[in-house]
Amino acid sequence: MSIFVDDDTRVVVQGITGGEGRFHAEQMIDYGTNVVAGAVPGKGGESVHDVPVYDTVDRAVEAENANASVVFVPPAFAADAIFEALDTDLDLVVAITEGIPTQDMARVKKRLSEVDTRLIGPNCPGIITPGEAKLGILPGNIFAEGNVGLVSRSGTLTYQVVDNLTQRGIGQTTAVGIGGDPIIGTSFIDALEAFEADTDTDAVVMCGEIGGEDEERAAAFIAEHMDTPVAGFIAGRTAPPGKRMGHAGAIVSGSGTGTAESKIEALNEAGVPVGDTPEEVADHVEDFL
Amino acid sequence: MKLHEHQAKEIFADAGIPVPESRLASSVSEVLDAVDEIGFPAAIKAQVHVGGRGKAGGIKIAGDREEAETYAEEILGMDLKGYTVEKVLVEAGVDFVDELYVGVTMDRGKGRPVAMVSTEGGVDIEQVAEETPEAIAREHVDPSFGMQPYQARKAVYDAGVPREFARDVSGILSTLYDLFEERDASEIEVNPVMITSDDEVVAADAVMNIDEDALFRQPELAELEEEAYEDDLERKAGEYDLDYVRLSGNVGIIGNGAGLVMTTLDLVDYYGGDPANFLDIGGGAKAERVMNALDLVFSDPNVESVVFNIFGGITRGDEVARGINEALSAFETVPKPVVVRLAGTNAEEGMEILDTDLVDVEPTLEEAVQRAIANTEEVTEE
Repeated sequence: MSIFVDDDTRVVVQGITGGEGRFHAEQMIDYGTNVVAGAVPGKGGESVHDVPVYDTVDRAVEAENANASVVFVPPAFAADAIFEALDTDLDLVVAITEGIPTQDMARVKKRLSEVDTRLIGPNCPGIITPGEAKLGILPGNIFAEGNVGLVSRSGTLTYQVVDNLTQRGIGQTTAVGIGGDPIIGTSFIDALEAFEADTDTDAVVMCGEIGGEDEERAAAFIAEHMDTPVAGFIAGRTAPPGKRMGHAGAIVSGSGTGTAESKIEALNEAGVPVGDTPEEVADHVEDFL
Repeated sequence: MKLHEHQAKEIFADAGIPVPESRLASSVSEVLDAVDEIGFPAAIKAQVHVGGRGKAGGIKIAGDREEAETYAEEILGMDLKGYTVEKVLVEAGVDFVDELYVGVTMDRGKGRPVAMVSTEGGVDIEQVAEETPEAIAREHVDPSFGMQPYQARKAVYDAGVPREFARDVSGILSTLYDLFEERDASEIEVNPVMITSDDEVVAADAVMNIDEDALFRQPELAELEEEAYEDDLERKAGEYDLDYVRLSGNVGIIGNGAGLVMTTLDLVDYYGGDPANFLDIGGGAKAERVMNALDLVFSDPNVESVVFNIFGGITRGDEVARGINEALSAFETVPKPVVVRLAGTNAEEGMEILDTDLVDVEPTLEEAVQRAIANTEEVTEE
């Protein structure tokens, strides 16, 4: 089994005629994902990699019976694209776009509370259920089918940790990159809850980073609600306060909240071993299995 | 992006928030001209992006011309927590009886803006938040409707602001919220709002941080970005449009993706080294970007060795390898030893292209980091 996506997922690619959209639509198709439509205003009637393009998400969903979308739309128009997707009752929207203004995301988040759609991202690599479907930009070849779930705030860190797992023959049920922005759709807790309910997931890896208090909240959730063992990793131990470390959300506040130490401590208290290196994370997972 | 006090105050004043009369000065004679116009007492305030300026000696109140000259000489050019003071704001001193805190920020946990008012103004508000959170009245705002007037009133009354000033203070809060929204701020605050002995309400300080991701629709603020950089290398990074943070160590670090670069920094620290910087070339970087990144890291005189860590997803290993080759072959001898670790998309192609006369190659992150640290030790021994 898996969480959030599987081989029944039918995908619309918003922005499929752009450079990124075109390239990654092809990668997704090659991986075996059901990419059923593209949606780009003004490009209706065209096709990309034999996938029909529609002017609106609404038309794409109706014509191709899609239930998910992946957003490859530039930051200035991305919130609008997400609003459009949320208006069509999709099960899942994955927003890859990096650099969406935070106040736009605050409005998206409000809208999200009024609909039944799950949003993953933005500023995320997407989600993959190895062997079934990938929605996003993750390099499919490093993943393997297996029994470990992975949730991460960072894309490339996801690849690093997955690589460490796969190299040892440990495959994944689903890996989901939830994104590095201050306001995101799916949280650690949402993903952990889904992994806990997934009977095929025997262990979970959670990769966090400095900034905010999502990891601390996740630790409390793990302590209270999870029987599936979780191993952790926190990036940014050496980050100075007040500096934005690449991700818009990765900033240690001047008052000392959001530090790597407070996150590691919270996870340790919840019984989650936190690796000092990605190799150590894989060691912990190996111990669980 | 942080605005300087004088920049934020100009924006606040234009929006109708009362601020003291002031002049910006960058020399002692300009300070004296300013006090001649403004009169005494006059505050002389260092314009650097550092918290706690007052405690650190960056703010002084001059009672006469002689004092103004002494303080101007002291503050201009002084080092304030690592930053050189190049400009001061000369401001009419305010005779106050009470100090309040008023601010708006994004509550990322709730995903909504939050407006705050406290009568514990003039002090470190983060400390107040930690020790006596009940001393700060908070109103979360629905971003789809904006802050309603009743919310501003409620925050002001809940905070216990004296009734006769409630209208003025809630007016300031409403204006701050509007600016927060219009200017895509991530944080906006006045600490303190002073209540003067003449029963007036004045914004005595101003903090305004802008969401850098929104600068594309804030052209006026984007023009101020250049001034926001405090460090020549960070300014150069801005020109190259690279995510760069300078640190104090000697191992230069370049990678793709914020989480992986942070992890590389952490591993350098873990294996006993000292990171010189954070540098994320971002997703899908082409050869030119890689060259700029190397140029930037080599420009830091503290850097003794460099580790390049790429795990390609959207980024392609062959492009990165080409960039490294081009950048390094431009030198007669490579200025600092470079260790490369390439994995992910097109990593094999990249490894074939990489000129190993110019760089060392390591197969894993751990080995690359340890090699880079060892390289600094060799440099030191020489």
